[in-house]
Amino acid sequence: MAAAGPVAGTDALILDRIAAAHRADRRSFLFKFALTWVALVGALGLVLGLTGNISTEFIASAGPFILGGATITIFVSITSILLAVVLAILGALGRLSASPVINGIASLYVSLVRGTPLIVQILFVYLALPQVGIVLDVVHGGILALGFNYGAYMTEIFRAGIQAVPSGQREAAQALGMKDGALMRRIVLPQAVRIVIPAIGNDFIAMIKDSALIYLLGVQELLWRASTIGRQRLASLEALLIAATIYWVLTIIFSFFQERLERRMARGDR
Amino acid sequence: MTAELGEVVVAATDIEKYFGANHVLRGVTLEVRKHETIVLIGRSGSGKTTMLRCLNFLEEPTVGTVSIGDITVHADPLRARTRAHKEQIRRLRLQAGMVFQEFNLFPHMTVLQNCIEAPTRVRGMAKAQAVELAESYLEKVRLIDKRDEYPARLSGGQKQRAAIARALTNEPKVMMFDEPTSALDPELVGEVLQVMEDLAHEGSTMVVVSHELSFCREAAARILFMEDGVIVEEGTPEAILEAPQDERTRQFLRRFTA
Repeated sequence: MAAAGPVAGTDALILDRIAAAHRADRRSFLFKFALTWVALVGALGLVLGLTGNISTEFIASAGPFILGGATITIFVSITSILLAVVLAILGALGRLSASPVINGIASLYVSLVRGTPLIVQILFVYLALPQVGIVLDVVHGGILALGFNYGAYMTEIFRAGIQAVPSGQREAAQALGMKDGALMRRIVLPQAVRIVIPAIGNDFIAMIKDSALIYLLGVQELLWRASTIGRQRLASLEALLIAATIYWVLTIIFSFFQERLERRMARGDR
Repeated sequence: MTAELGEVVVAATDIEKYFGANHVLRGVTLEVRKHETIVLIGRSGSGKTTMLRCLNFLEEPTVGTVSIGDITVHADPLRARTRAHKEQIRRLRLQAGMVFQEFNLFPHMTVLQNCIEAPTRVRGMAKAQAVELAESYLEKVRLIDKRDEYPARLSGGQKQRAAIARALTNEPKVMMFDEPTSALDPELVGEVLQVMEDLAHEGSTMVVVSHELSFCREAAARILFMEDGVIVEEGTPEAILEAPQDERTRQFLRRFTA
């Protein structure tokens, strides 16, 4: 940004030098930070390598197969988070409803899901539902279980988001003669969604990791591929290291985007 | 101000309002005729804002009746949630345009979108027609060059003028202003008051809650002074501001002119 008034040449020079010094500090910090990570991860790799138990041949041959599971992991995570968002909006509207029946249904949903382990819910879809005649394809079953679970947690996020929209917004819409439905759809929800987008991003990253649980259903995602091929070829150490690394890299990538998103939302450019 | 007074547009009868045990309005009756601007004044806590909000049921009165245009609603807190009652209140609100102290523009819509939202979606106006109407009102409030801006990029005075255009585009029978300049920086008050004075002089029907005595002098047909939930005194600006009869009015005005 240019200074408003005329600045003497020497002043401008000093400001430039201060800015340059700040940039240099920042570069030096980032460099040492990166060096620390590389050193630690490198040392860990070295120790594992020196034990002589790591088969690079396995990593080279099984790596692509395990990596292929990442596509399914990401697909399942995205689909599940979308399902969760829909359930969360419905759940939040229900929790805010004046109707005791609707409010009761939404509250029961949240209470049941939050009161039981995710692993139980996943096994329920896989093992218990078939007993009453509902047989889902494993991928759909996994998405259903994850989305259902996250939807309950995100219900509370959306409820807070809706309540965070200033009451003046409702009043303005009411004063213009808008009905409750239009008021919610056109005025409150668009603003609430903007408020909760960073939180959805957080949950999406958590979902990438929790999606590993559906390997129990036999969905051929990252963890299933790693554990299966690792056991077959007696190389679980290598297989799980590969899987862990891929999860880690995925969360780093999505965290990067999530942080940028969060900063953009915080700026509130509208 | 305006010579010919038309039919009664707003009639509120015996309005009472309790907030819990707090008796905020104690039987207020007022009438606004077509083309008339009335201003409610009084210290904070006198009930003037509550009274204004009761007129379009943003606060449901505990007792009383409000008519705007041909819609009449009897306060009935016991059946406030029934569908028919809510619909009647909604139709009452459609008769009145409201301008808030805090603007309350929709932040996710541009100025123009703010203006046409209700006319197109509530009144069912064709979009082209609503845009044309909105543009004419944005012209009037001297904001046409900001039609595609988001509210966050406007100054306080511009926001309030946009809010006025939004209310006007919904074609209300009466415009209601709730302390429209109280949230503004002092140097921005003038541009909003100027727009309001123009509206008053052009014959709009207006109910204004304000502390701006200059506006009262310039634009009000009548001033109503409220205290403790009742109208203490009402009359022309000259009568109220220059020769108040009630001691409470005199005290209030002394604080302002001091």
